[in-house]
Amino acid sequence: MTATTLDERVGRTRLADRLVVRPEIGALLGAVVVFAFFSITADQFLTGDGVATWLDDASTLGIMAVAVSLLMIGGEFDLSAGVMTASTALVTAILATQAGWNVWLALLASLVFALGVGAFNGWLVMRTGLPSFIVTLGTFLALQGLNLGVTRLVTGTVQVSGMRSAEGYASSGFVFASTVDIGGTKFQISILWWLGFAAVAAWLLVRTRFGNWIFAVGGSPVSSRAVGVPVKRTKILLFMTTALAGWLVGSINILRFASVQANQGIGLELQFIIAAVVGGCLLTGGFGSAIGAAIGALIFGMARQGIVFSRWDSDWFMLFLGVMLLAAVLVNNTFRRRAERVRR
Amino acid sequence: MTSHRSGRLGLVAVGAALLLAACTGPAAEDPSSGSGQEVPAETGPFRIAVISHGTAGDAFWNVVKNGAEDAGRQLGVPVEYNSDGDPGNQAKLIDNAVAQRVGGLVVSMQNPEAVRPSIENAVRAGIPVVTINSGEEQSAAYGALTHVGQSEGVAGEQAGRKFKEAGKTKLLCVIHEAGNIGQNQRCDGAARGFGAAERLQVDISNPTDVQARIRGAVQTDPSIDAVLTLNSQVAANAVNAIEQVQSQAQVATFDLNADVVSAIKSGDVLFAVDQQQYEQGYLPIVFLKLYRDNRNVVGGGRPVLTGPDLVDKSTVDQIGAYVERGTR
Repeated sequence: MTATTLDERVGRTRLADRLVVRPEIGALLGAVVVFAFFSITADQFLTGDGVATWLDDASTLGIMAVAVSLLMIGGEFDLSAGVMTASTALVTAILATQAGWNVWLALLASLVFALGVGAFNGWLVMRTGLPSFIVTLGTFLALQGLNLGVTRLVTGTVQVSGMRSAEGYASSGFVFASTVDIGGTKFQISILWWLGFAAVAAWLLVRTRFGNWIFAVGGSPVSSRAVGVPVKRTKILLFMTTALAGWLVGSINILRFASVQANQGIGLELQFIIAAVVGGCLLTGGFGSAIGAAIGALIFGMARQGIVFSRWDSDWFMLFLGVMLLAAVLVNNTFRRRAERVRR
Repeated sequence: MTSHRSGRLGLVAVGAALLLAACTGPAAEDPSSGSGQEVPAETGPFRIAVISHGTAGDAFWNVVKNGAEDAGRQLGVPVEYNSDGDPGNQAKLIDNAVAQRVGGLVVSMQNPEAVRPSIENAVRAGIPVVTINSGEEQSAAYGALTHVGQSEGVAGEQAGRKFKEAGKTKLLCVIHEAGNIGQNQRCDGAARGFGAAERLQVDISNPTDVQARIRGAVQTDPSIDAVLTLNSQVAANAVNAIEQVQSQAQVATFDLNADVVSAIKSGDVLFAVDQQQYEQGYLPIVFLKLYRDNRNVVGGGRPVLTGPDLVDKSTVDQIGAYVERGTR
């Protein structure tokens, strides 16, 4: 302790201030509130089976929300993300049940398909300079049509089923759709995938050079290009990450539910964005957190299942959900404003 | 009215019984209780969860919900209705009900394989399950007590045959939810009963689009003289579309609503295939209650068919009043 005054930039900040600048702090508080609320109003919310139910609901949404949050921090949207979960599942299912491929091989093929669509999205956005909103809206519609058209063409109906009898179902099902027994309660393995995916994304975002690039291209693509950030590569990789997440969720779904409907996944892209925004991502890019998006999905899952556990009339379901989400976003917003004050 | 009152009485009686049961339950220190002579009837709270694949606000499923809730009120059984059109989300709602340890489960199976693990899980947990609406073939294999519904294919076939009897020569079948397997089965059935059927895809959430596309279809092919819609709202749109282009085609539809009733009266709609979905909500509650109190099983594994009941000009006057009430 010397008498010299420290530069405020290297000075130690108070813990409260350090917490408040985290993008996910609002979501965390929101999650605590929602958790406490349903723990009180619904008896079974806290039982083993109850926890397994809402964690399960949050998991697949969470995987997508985390990927979408990275993309949003990078300044882009992906409206095709919802349909992608169905497209990849359909590719896997058609190859496995109609063409008789081993499930693992079919999964690999659908992964290549997904990464291809993701790369195409990114390439087109970068190449044309069009808003990603428009470009991915196009792929969203195109995929929706492909899903229905190809499924009807190949199977003569609008759903593909029979995965359970496909070769390699047992081993791939073990990886993507098994349950983990903890204290007599069965937890879906998708929860582990969710936690793992969120952890990797969070590490990527705050501990690697690539993470810095994401913030840079989302904050200001022009200046980041000026300082040597590969804007194009970063954004294309981000679109491919979303597609990868879509493939992961699609694979979890097809192996767990063993059948897929051609119209599945439509409209989910909005939920992914909602979860990311609740988790602290800005719609304008350059700010946000992967952990926050995972928590956003957790809030969504807790609210959605908690409303059922509380036995409210389902007619009011969407109203409750909307109010809950608005409240979470408002809390979040307040914190963000405080955070910006602290930073200044 | 009287049936309503007796329902209330029944509710009071059952409520009182439950109250008594609840009183004696915890204080059952009497050593004579629990002797082998007693009927092992289960007491205590008995709740039934109904989980459908209908979307919120769907007129058809609203009648199912009314049926289930009416039965619940009359029998004194709390009934909770939830629904989600996405098969994965529907499975999660079933898991949710199992986690709540409900006394009985009623599930519609639009996508049987997707809800299979959840239903089997419920059966394993000792929760009796009744399947409704669709999924007739898989119901017993998944361990459900019984299935209540209509066979979509058979219903479509009857509609097709009725059109044929009316002397029609070319049939257009309008599908309003692209990925819905039941609707495709209906059109397949109609094609069987009629001989052949063309399909038209429309989007139910956009009535303008529905009307325009049907208009376009009958305009481009004037030989179409029969239009089969699979939903009452689409039927109204089809009637309008046909009027606009003065086509000679006649409309028939699945499902009733007030518009369809008046259209049948005025002759704009030839007939409606009513699967009487009120029964699909009502009967499972009765079945589950009977199973719990008396171990009764209905149908011996065979499905209980709720329809189809063809409603045409000769029967529409009586049935119209029930449509307004929300039970047909």
